[in-house]
Amino acid sequence: MMRDFISARTRTIPPSGIRRFFDIVQEMDDVISLGVGEPDYATPWVACEAGIASVEQGQTSYTSNRGLPELRTETSRYLAKRFGVHYHPEDEMLITTGASEALDIAIRAVTDPGDEILIADPSYVSYSPGVMLSDGVPVRVPCLMEDEFRLTPDALMEKITPKSKAVICNFPNNPTGGVMSREDYRGIAEVICDHDLLLISDEIYTEMTYDGEMTSAVQADGLQERTILINGFSKAYAMTGWRVAYLCAPKELCDAALKIHQYVMLSAPTMSQYAAVGALKNADLDREEMVTEYQMRRNLFVRGLNRIGLTCHLPRGAFYAFPSVKEFGISDVEFAERLLMEQHVAVVPGSVFGPSGAGHLRCAYAVSREDLREAIRRIEAFTTSL
Amino acid sequence: MDAKDWLLLRILEEDSTQELSEVADLADLTEAEVKDRVSAMEDDKIIRGYCASIDWEKAGEGVAAATVNLKVSPERDVGYDRIAERIARFPQVCSLRLISGEYDFEIRVTGRNIQDITRFVSEQIAPMEQIRETGTILVMKSYKENGRILYDRKEGERLLFSF
Repeated sequence: MMRDFISARTRTIPPSGIRRFFDIVQEMDDVISLGVGEPDYATPWVACEAGIASVEQGQTSYTSNRGLPELRTETSRYLAKRFGVHYHPEDEMLITTGASEALDIAIRAVTDPGDEILIADPSYVSYSPGVMLSDGVPVRVPCLMEDEFRLTPDALMEKITPKSKAVICNFPNNPTGGVMSREDYRGIAEVICDHDLLLISDEIYTEMTYDGEMTSAVQADGLQERTILINGFSKAYAMTGWRVAYLCAPKELCDAALKIHQYVMLSAPTMSQYAAVGALKNADLDREEMVTEYQMRRNLFVRGLNRIGLTCHLPRGAFYAFPSVKEFGISDVEFAERLLMEQHVAVVPGSVFGPSGAGHLRCAYAVSREDLREAIRRIEAFTTSL
Repeated sequence: MDAKDWLLLRILEEDSTQELSEVADLADLTEAEVKDRVSAMEDDKIIRGYCASIDWEKAGEGVAAATVNLKVSPERDVGYDRIAERIARFPQVCSLRLISGEYDFEIRVTGRNIQDITRFVSEQIAPMEQIRETGTILVMKSYKENGRILYDRKEGERLLFSF
């Protein structure tokens, strides 16, 4: 008889909420999947060329732990140009293996056992497990449809206790498509500063902002010195498979994250870092082209949803629509499961992203217009059968 | 011209045969607004026409193409315009551009075969009195035309579910 080797901490992590869906989908050949959380574009060719050239030139060793100096310099320039914020490439920036690693090391660098980490809810699925793996306590702060899924100061205040240490938020948001204006960030900045909290801001979808100004949390007064900013290339430059992103923070915080990064990752993939340099330098047009296309698909899809009776706020960022299915009298999980079984359309139930997501569906519109039109037809066929 | 007009042009350039309702959805406008904006841009000649993008090679029609560079003597008062308008009248000429560098005009010529093209250039274009020199570059195979790829390309695959 062998011992159970799995740690108690790992056992507390719940399994993925959509494993079952994934198994069903594998068996279907005419499925339209709106469950995909990545662009359907290939990486801009200029970025691929830069990656390929680096391999041809034999740039296949580790880079410095912090990442290629050239990539840090370009990233620093990008942030200054797009947001007017300044990070020193030498000691306030770290290149990571995707934003997932950046999130992991950011959470680990600041969380002590028992610390309460406030998470804007619904949220990307890794935040809560990430906190639990550090023996922190995830505390969910609801973001509601009537507030266009923004994080409000009042909601945040309500969950703050003496044990609160940090806030994790992600705007433009996965799964809701909600965005924060400068004014919205100013509102939460006050609360965060007053209660001496840290902000971990995952801004991976920031280039996908459609109807207004693109914003970053660190533009708000007082926030940059207490924020770990995470962004990357996966979404803006369709580079999910390259695994390359960055973390920016004041020197002390950045050094703490670097300490973990150097032991667990050493450095981000070298080829990918060169490709990212190529993307920052030369792929603006590709990015703009893709973002315009997503804006059109959003218009098409959200109009379609509202036309067939699924109430959907206009998502102003990312590439997700988050319609409500509350009026149909079944749960989001049942809705999603039956929609998949009966009409072969895959969506992710909103409750997978946290309690505030219940009664909604996450529909990624990063699929062809043709598929979006067909998905609307099938969803309508399903709802009329209810 | 505003952002919505620009978006409409983009939508129409990609596929001008789309239903009005579809165009309205993509641009987040009403159908009446789309109609008004499009006809205004037609009136202003921003939109010059609508066409299909055809792979003639695949259609099996004999088709040959060449880029012909021309050195031209400009004329007093009218510069290049008069000779450009004369050359543009030939149906064989599908594009005509004034260019920088060694040559003055770059024209794109099509015909049923290479002989058609060389005959056209030597008998119609070269003898014009303002033409000082021609340089004909025959197209051997076309891979991309008007922004559209003319070969089969395998698309990357994505997971059916990801967060």
